[in-house]
Amino acid sequence: MKGDNVMAQPQLQPQTETKPVPAKPSPGKKRPFFHLSERKKDALSGYLYISPFYVLFAVFGLFPMLFSFYLGFQKWNGLGEMEFVGLQNFRFVLSDPIFWKSLFNTAAIGIIGTLPQLIIGIILAYALNSALLKFKSFFRVSIFMPYVTSTVAVAIVFGVMFNSQDFGLMNVVLNWLGFDSVSWSTSEWGVKIAISTMVFWRWVGYNTIIYLAGLQGIPNDLYEAAKIDGASIRQQIQYITIPMLKPIIILTVFLSTIGAMQLFTEPLVFLGRSFREEGITVVLYLYREAFSNMAFGTASATAIILFIIIIVLSSINVFFTNRIGR
Amino acid sequence: MSKTIGKTRKVSISKLFVYLLLFIAAILSVFPFYWMFVMAANHNSAINAVPPAFIPGKQLVANFQNVLSNIDFFGAMWNSLIVATVTTAGVLILCSLAGFAFAKFQFKGKNLLFVFLLVTMMVPPQLGLIPQYYIITKLDWVNDLKAIIVPGMIDAFGIFWMRQYISSNVPDELIDAAKIDGCSNFRIYWNIAVPVIIPAFATLAIIKFMYMWNDFLWPLVVLREESSYTIQIALRNLIDNYVRDNGMILSGTFWATVPLIVIFLLFNRMFIQSLTQGAVKS
Repeated sequence: MKGDNVMAQPQLQPQTETKPVPAKPSPGKKRPFFHLSERKKDALSGYLYISPFYVLFAVFGLFPMLFSFYLGFQKWNGLGEMEFVGLQNFRFVLSDPIFWKSLFNTAAIGIIGTLPQLIIGIILAYALNSALLKFKSFFRVSIFMPYVTSTVAVAIVFGVMFNSQDFGLMNVVLNWLGFDSVSWSTSEWGVKIAISTMVFWRWVGYNTIIYLAGLQGIPNDLYEAAKIDGASIRQQIQYITIPMLKPIIILTVFLSTIGAMQLFTEPLVFLGRSFREEGITVVLYLYREAFSNMAFGTASATAIILFIIIIVLSSINVFFTNRIGR
Repeated sequence: MSKTIGKTRKVSISKLFVYLLLFIAAILSVFPFYWMFVMAANHNSAINAVPPAFIPGKQLVANFQNVLSNIDFFGAMWNSLIVATVTTAGVLILCSLAGFAFAKFQFKGKNLLFVFLLVTMMVPPQLGLIPQYYIITKLDWVNDLKAIIVPGMIDAFGIFWMRQYISSNVPDELIDAAKIDGCSNFRIYWNIAVPVIIPAFATLAIIKFMYMWNDFLWPLVVLREESSYTIQIALRNLIDNYVRDNGMILSGTFWATVPLIVIFLLFNRMFIQSLTQGAVKS
């Protein structure tokens, strides 16, 4: 039986090849139970196969999102009655200096943690891509390894390194170099630098490998031609590498921006339950409002504001992408 | 003559620079792992000394025993394993079925539904956090691993990824031929599509498993009781103690990190490819 089918295939193929989509029922085929046409059967299977996502998303994704927009206008402690308060939650959040502080911290840590990461990522990728490099696999694996470590583990290890006492590793290094100890967990920029370092360390290898993939996609002929024309290495990087890498650079900037806005684990683990102002981020502020202050209304308002900020940042990203792309 | 010598010297200097750069980067990437091990093997007093210990001490076992008396380490590892494995398995099935439907079936509203799916990827997960928590309390799933697993099955990226892979790797002719032979749609999926998309399964499995294993915010919100903690939440509880015993804290962190690092080192090529491919392709 099976052998027959295999034999039958080549004969029937030309018939179906003319239509890319099997829209019409195959003639002369009897179906035992239902007389659904092939097209209807396909549609039914299609809906059936995609339905789990949409059902789950409706319950655990879409409904909560819409409900957040409702909650943003309510006063609610999670247990008692909700009370409509209009724009009061938004007014409260937007006039709370700690919210603005959290926004500033998120942006500052985002920039300190991300910008050097992308630049060093490109440099490392360029080094990894150089011809005849030995131990390439060793370098690749070691540089990527931090990304496999959980964020909590990274935050704990670096938290100990950035201990404010003299025995903290970073202070030992600073003292050894002749500088004074820094109080990493309580000073304005100490906290930000510590958290940015965690972000930097965990993600730099990841971005390096993405850039490496991009570099390997640049045809070698371009470099050969440039060399023949006498272009220096700097010129090669400036006129070939960077322009050809542009789409990937934009992608990493896009992903890093969104990731930076959602920073939560590192500051929470590093700062502990104190939610210190020097390191509070927007998502940490949201978490504190909801699960520490039991103010679900203002927390939802914060979530909506964060959502709007991310939409705006993404739009700016897309806008620049389109302009650069032209 | 002298010109060629000058050139080779210049090349070797730049080569040296490349090696030096990569070597420093590799050291800085690996050092925290070594440091973690050093501290996991030292007594707190040796860590909190000037200068701190730089080589492993003799406290490796004692520190881990302290971890075991503070948190349910193996229970938390087991919970993490269950959450990550079950969610990954579920996502592989659901996403490949949905991706198969989007790639190979015609039905009304398909394009609109797919665009909707893509849009959901843009929305930050924190937006629905509070109502999600509320739903979980209403379902009485607080402290239940279901609270992590069931919402974890929602994976728009997985469906997108599977659709792309199936579109370009499962030929229409094969499906048509199977249809003419009277194969049901599910058998076509199972016998024709699944064997072809094994590589896509591997990629998605690594991405999803890592994500679930490392997830922190959502488990922190819905897992309140120690018996339900995943390892990330348990680790965070280690540092919440009044007396900070860094030897013990780093011991827990080290032993929680080792399994994933070992798996990564064994399958490093596949890991690196999977985890970066996902980002580039989307």
